[in-house]
Amino acid sequence: MNIIEVKNLVKKFDDIIAVDDISFSVEKGKIFAFLGPNGAGKTTTIKMFTTLLQPTSGKILINGFDPVTNSDDVRCSFGIIFQDPSLDDELTAFENLEFHGVLYDVPKKIRRERINELLKIVELESRKNDLVKEFSGGMKRRLEIARGLLHHPKIIFLDEPTLGLDPQTRNHLWSYIKDMNEKEDITVFFSTHYMEEADRMSDRIAIIDNGKIVAEGSAEELKTKTASATLEDAFLKLTGKAIREEGANAVDKLRKMSRLWRR
Amino acid sequence: MEKIKKYSKVIYILWLRQLKRYSRSRARIIGSLAQPVLFLVAMGFGFGPIYQKAGGGNYIQFIAPGIIAMSIIFTAMFGGMEVIYDRQFGFLKETLVAPVPRWTIMLGRTFGGATVSTLQGVAVFLIALIIGFRPENIFIAPLALVYMALVATSFTALGTAIASTMEDMQAFPLVMNFLIMPLFFLSGALFPLTGLPKAIQIIIRVNPLSYGVDGIRGILTGQMHFAYHTDFFVLFIFTSLALAVGSYLFSKIEV
Repeated sequence: MNIIEVKNLVKKFDDIIAVDDISFSVEKGKIFAFLGPNGAGKTTTIKMFTTLLQPTSGKILINGFDPVTNSDDVRCSFGIIFQDPSLDDELTAFENLEFHGVLYDVPKKIRRERINELLKIVELESRKNDLVKEFSGGMKRRLEIARGLLHHPKIIFLDEPTLGLDPQTRNHLWSYIKDMNEKEDITVFFSTHYMEEADRMSDRIAIIDNGKIVAEGSAEELKTKTASATLEDAFLKLTGKAIREEGANAVDKLRKMSRLWRR
Repeated sequence: MEKIKKYSKVIYILWLRQLKRYSRSRARIIGSLAQPVLFLVAMGFGFGPIYQKAGGGNYIQFIAPGIIAMSIIFTAMFGGMEVIYDRQFGFLKETLVAPVPRWTIMLGRTFGGATVSTLQGVAVFLIALIIGFRPENIFIAPLALVYMALVATSFTALGTAIASTMEDMQAFPLVMNFLIMPLFFLSGALFPLTGLPKAIQIIIRVNPLSYGVDGIRGILTGQMHFAYHTDFFVLFIFTSLALAVGSYLFSKIEV
């Protein structure tokens, strides 16, 4: 059974085509890596999956529901760790987690247990009652991850979850995610720039570039197909070696600019 | 039933968040009290003698309810527009992907902002007491909370509605100068509504804040231009409308 189903998905921001007619599917219970250079359209795609953006055309089904017409049902199906900050600075670490737990209707007992467990994993137990605005960037990132794992949805979206984490935390994080995936059959959909991570963790990989899916398959298949020793080499062969513009931001800026012009 | 319980929990936690944020920013509390106090003192004492001579009676007595309404609408609009800050700091996303209908998020935020604004109004009321304001009947005075709460809720919802369509704070001065200020100055908060030019009267009649000011003033001082039930009815309709529009626009936010 496919828990994510995408057909001819297109997202245009005025003249820019961020996602260009992509189709793919993710099987339930799998770990799926969504790779691509900066600005390839990863975050835009995830935003459309998670009801934060409306697609220009095409069809998405998340857990059988369409984010455009059944957004409430879709939102009940997933959890997400965003790429950029989304904490409330004026609340403490504990309050941020507690808030999330209530929002996601996690029963109090489980909620408290998980909060403690997750704070341990991200090594923030001792700072639990401090305001988030006093935290460093790395601490905020770790708290964000703890928060995203607090409830156990059917699908979890991780948009570059390990960016800027030390190897220890990254390791803890992945073993927790793997555990969730195995024990509770939670589908994991993640994007990353660490090819080694994608190689090791994912059952299946899709590579997106310039808004188009350029390859799809298991890590082994992609390596064989491109005759490469590592996934990194395969990735470079598929997407080229040119360095990209700072992606999502560039698109955001263009969006803003075009809005200004329209005024 | 299960759903109602879940939704009310979500509304409660968002309400609590707004209150916590407010109680933690002492600078904001003091800052937002400074303006109403200045108005009360400068206008109240400044225009007091002239107002008295013209036969209007005690001016502090007249404007205190207006200034209470002013502090509420300012705090409420700012509170509603916090959506923009949340968007910039990213927290808005966290609430937008929550597994509940977005109107519950909007209601929680709005009730939180409205509670804060009402408290702000009560603080101004207490300060007015120190300055020399005397309610006509201290036992009836708490009824003014009904009108204060309606003003607070409707304008927080309006602020949320406006902020839902804005990307950043750049348009904020526009809202301030073309909406909040005219609403306040043309509401009868500062002057009696009798004997005004026709055009101004019409504007005041379509300004929902006029009815809030009138209701609060009526209860606190017994001076009224409209009637209690008119004030209540108009405010109630306006509040419902603002909540409906606010929820709609909030649920359409894309980030």
